Amino acid sequence: MKILVCAKQVPDTSGKVAVNDDGTLNRASMPVITNPDDLNAVEAALKLKDAYGCRVIVVTMGPAAAESMLRELLAMGADEAYLISDRAFGGSDTFATSQVLAAGLHHIGIDPDDIVICGRQAIDGDTAQVGPQIAEKLDLPQITYAGELTVEGRTVRVQRMLEDGYMTIETDTPCLVTCVKELNEPRYMSIRGILRCFDKPVTVLTYEDLKDEPLIDASTIGLKGSPTNIAKSFTPPLKGAGVMLTGVDDSAVVADLTDRLSAKHIL
Amino acid sequence: MLDKKHQMIQQLTREFAVNEIEPCIDYAEEHGEFPDELWEKAARYGFMGCCIPEEYGGQGGDFFSSIIMMEQICRTAVGAASMFMANSLSGMPILKCGTEEQKQKYLRPVAEGKKRCAFALTEPGAGSDTGALSTTARQDGDHFILNGRKTFITLGPTCDWAVVFANVIRDDGKKALTAFIVEADTPGFSRGKREKKLGLHASGTCDLIFDDVRVPKENILGTVGGGWRVAGSGLSAGRINVSSQALGGAQGCLDEAVKYAGERVQFGKPIAKFQNTRFKIAEMDAKIEAGRRLIYSAAQMVDRGEDALLQASRAKYYMSEVANEVAYKCLQIHGGYGYMEGFAIERFYRDLRIMPVYEGTSEVQLMVISSAIMK
Amino acid sequence: MKQNDFMNTDIQAFHGVWVYCEQRQGRLMSTDLELVSEGRKLADELHTELCGVLLGDGVDGLVNELGGYGADRVYVCDSPLLRDYVTEAHAKVICDLVAAYRPEVVLFGATNIGRDLAPRVAARLGTGLCADCTHLDVDVGTYVEFLRENSTLDEKGIGEDKLREKFGHDLKMTRPAFGGHLMATIVCPRFRPAMATVRPGVMQKAPFDEAKAAAVVTEHPAFELAETDLHTRVLEVVKSTRQIVDLLGADVVVSVGGGIGSDVERGIALGQELADVLGGVLGGSRVAIDSGWLSADHQVGQTGKTVHPKLYIALGISGAIQHKAGMQDSDCIIAVNKNPQAPIFEVADYGVTGDLFKIVPLMIDSFRAAKKTL
Repeated sequence: MKILVCAKQVPDTSGKVAVNDDGTLNRASMPVITNPDDLNAVEAALKLKDAYGCRVIVVTMGPAAAESMLRELLAMGADEAYLISDRAFGGSDTFATSQVLAAGLHHIGIDPDDIVICGRQAIDGDTAQVGPQIAEKLDLPQITYAGELTVEGRTVRVQRMLEDGYMTIETDTPCLVTCVKELNEPRYMSIRGILRCFDKPVTVLTYEDLKDEPLIDASTIGLKGSPTNIAKSFTPPLKGAGVMLTGVDDSAVVADLTDRLSAKHIL
Repeated sequence: MLDKKHQMIQQLTREFAVNEIEPCIDYAEEHGEFPDELWEKAARYGFMGCCIPEEYGGQGGDFFSSIIMMEQICRTAVGAASMFMANSLSGMPILKCGTEEQKQKYLRPVAEGKKRCAFALTEPGAGSDTGALSTTARQDGDHFILNGRKTFITLGPTCDWAVVFANVIRDDGKKALTAFIVEADTPGFSRGKREKKLGLHASGTCDLIFDDVRVPKENILGTVGGGWRVAGSGLSAGRINVSSQALGGAQGCLDEAVKYAGERVQFGKPIAKFQNTRFKIAEMDAKIEAGRRLIYSAAQMVDRGEDALLQASRAKYYMSEVANEVAYKCLQIHGGYGYMEGFAIERFYRDLRIMPVYEGTSEVQLMVISSAIMK
Repeated sequence: MKQNDFMNTDIQAFHGVWVYCEQRQGRLMSTDLELVSEGRKLADELHTELCGVLLGDGVDGLVNELGGYGADRVYVCDSPLLRDYVTEAHAKVICDLVAAYRPEVVLFGATNIGRDLAPRVAARLGTGLCADCTHLDVDVGTYVEFLRENSTLDEKGIGEDKLREKFGHDLKMTRPAFGGHLMATIVCPRFRPAMATVRPGVMQKAPFDEAKAAAVVTEHPAFELAETDLHTRVLEVVKSTRQIVDLLGADVVVSVGGGIGSDVERGIALGQELADVLGGVLGGSRVAIDSGWLSADHQVGQTGKTVHPKLYIALGISGAIQHKAGMQDSDCIIAVNKNPQAPIFEVADYGVTGDLFKIVPLMIDSFRAAKKTL
């Protein structure tokens, strides 16, 4: 059994977000982090490793600089890493991204007792689409929003979190699971992990390496192969100064407040 | 300046300090110790034995790694420094001078964070003047019987064993300074009451009292009369370690001041907009960075196996003085709030006062430096 | 359906707007009604039909409600295999229907289930999908109007003529990105159907129309689904109320301060009730903690406890600097305080001057009523 984890290096949107004049994100000026949900995915894999001794392989698609994230995941305890990186893959939307990642996973090889784990969604796009789309392209059963995960033999049992409760779902390996932050608390790197992570293998997969994969078709990858395009990107108007609400009496003021909050979908 | 490995250690420690240590500070300030759960967690990630070799339960990192680590810990909480003493004061003498058996028995559990080891040199009547030490060890067959009192002992209240320096009285009456590893559950070993200190409230300090404590001769660290060598074996590392505590604490002060200056509005604008504030902060930043380079160079000398005694003294002197200057000025930027409990600067101000004092006062460092450069 | 049989590039061959109507335990989700209402507008802009797609076990009875909010037609697929949501079952049936009927737009609610299903369907159909949309347009004029009001773009930046030329007939799907710091409008020009998941609670529900409810057409299309198509098994479905979350992770924080001093017990009860109504947690200022009214873990603004919920409500908190530092990054801040000069109002989006013991009960009733109508 091995666990394949898909992870992404993202700009840290929790701090100050820099926007260029043309409305696009100024990525260069923002610190990068490992996507938070993906850390939960890595933790889930490492827990299975702790319990069953399986290998944990992390896979990312991104620029060469994403290797630093892979080293960090190796320092947490993953065994091996793949960096899928090529200009030909740049500008991919979720469909094209999942196409490339699925090809990469297929290239690495998915055995009957393997599990692919992804984070629920990445904080830069917040789409939650890449996981299910990889599953579709690899023809794997998927279970998303995992809030609890147990594996016994080839049976994978998951609590899929819903807005109003959860479903307990079972499937067999090979399968794909996406996890939410409630699943676990990701461990840190360890000192020893850091000292050893530079000896672990990081393999770079380029278009050349993957071009013979059945899923790789020049018409379905990269910016040109993406079914969706960005027609416009823009910043919302700046938050104005606060308003002091006044009215004939307290009830009127509160009614005004409720209307304003409802209009902004805050309630 | 830092390679990728050291950057990662810096990042890991920063995350650990902010997420795990910081929430425990109030508890530790009140109880005099960080909670056991934090010790266990820190041990699990390998902080305790960062620069101890793997064969002795450590992580196998270089000394520089432990300095990077200590800086980031103290940037959040100077009082947490003593948790990680295995990388310096208590671990180094056993690593450098211990037998294989001693290292397995007394270093491994400390490097693994399972046991705590104190370093007991200072006495009520003897600080840097170690010639005046009065604790004695009398041989009785295969044992030595220790009598005396050690004071200001970090980890004293909770240590499982300690490296204790005592004078063996030879037949001819001559004194031979000798280091012993003394287990805390040996009859006659007791602890004084917890000291109330100006700062470092999160770290326990007390006297250790030896009243006819029988120590087997296998627990001699080094040789009879080799006490100087043992004490000296961790001297540079200890001083560089304290320098990095001062460095982290100073950076922590500056972080607080920068944050506060951006939030505090007076005369219609944040005080960060006033040139007085800006220049003060810039000046402190430059001094901290100068100290950082000095400390890092000293640590790298240790890793290269060079004699770092002079560089360690320079670092210790400079950084501990700068740290107190920085704490003073950063508190000033906070105005009245800085004097109140609850603002981190108040704690940093108290904690950093020890830096020019322990591990050799600033005056002792000046002695070392001057005698190295002047005949 | 096999991907290759389905010509998703033949744009002209696709007609109709579809809404996937999610049901849980035989009941419609409120997002279904929002989506049907929104879908109605889009269908009108495209001069086409609005259809609901309803998968379940014995769900014919839900059709009229969908009609009342705007659906012309509802495709109902009934099977015990479709009763509880299983990705593969729902994905297969939807894909087969899309291949057979070829709608030009398919909308899903961006619920956990919608966001599980839609990407799988889009990947199989080989088409684009935009996640978690908060605004949809076909008509360029209304889209331009939307940009004028909700963006910092000037007329050149909006570029109406270019929009008309390039994306005149495409569904323009707008969504927040990068934690809401940026907005993006996504199009899917080369493939059909254009697909989107739509954020719950954002689209306005239309008034219920009895006549439309009566006129809706129910269709039971043929579909093939066998137990062997399913590789996941639902063992149980558990309904539960929201778990209590801590201050740092909470979406809504209601904090009380010195202003509750005249009746601490009631002040805390009111704060807690308001928090409960909003699904949030109760916090307190330093005064409230130091006075022993609340335990220390409730404190906002002490070193290291900085909160940034979506909604922060400060009740009777004057706004000392350490408190403001601990909460000013909240998305929306409401402050209630007797003193109109209180510094808390400097960071508040909405300020209310008055007696919190009078105002908070009104807020509780008003917010509760507003929540119910959603």
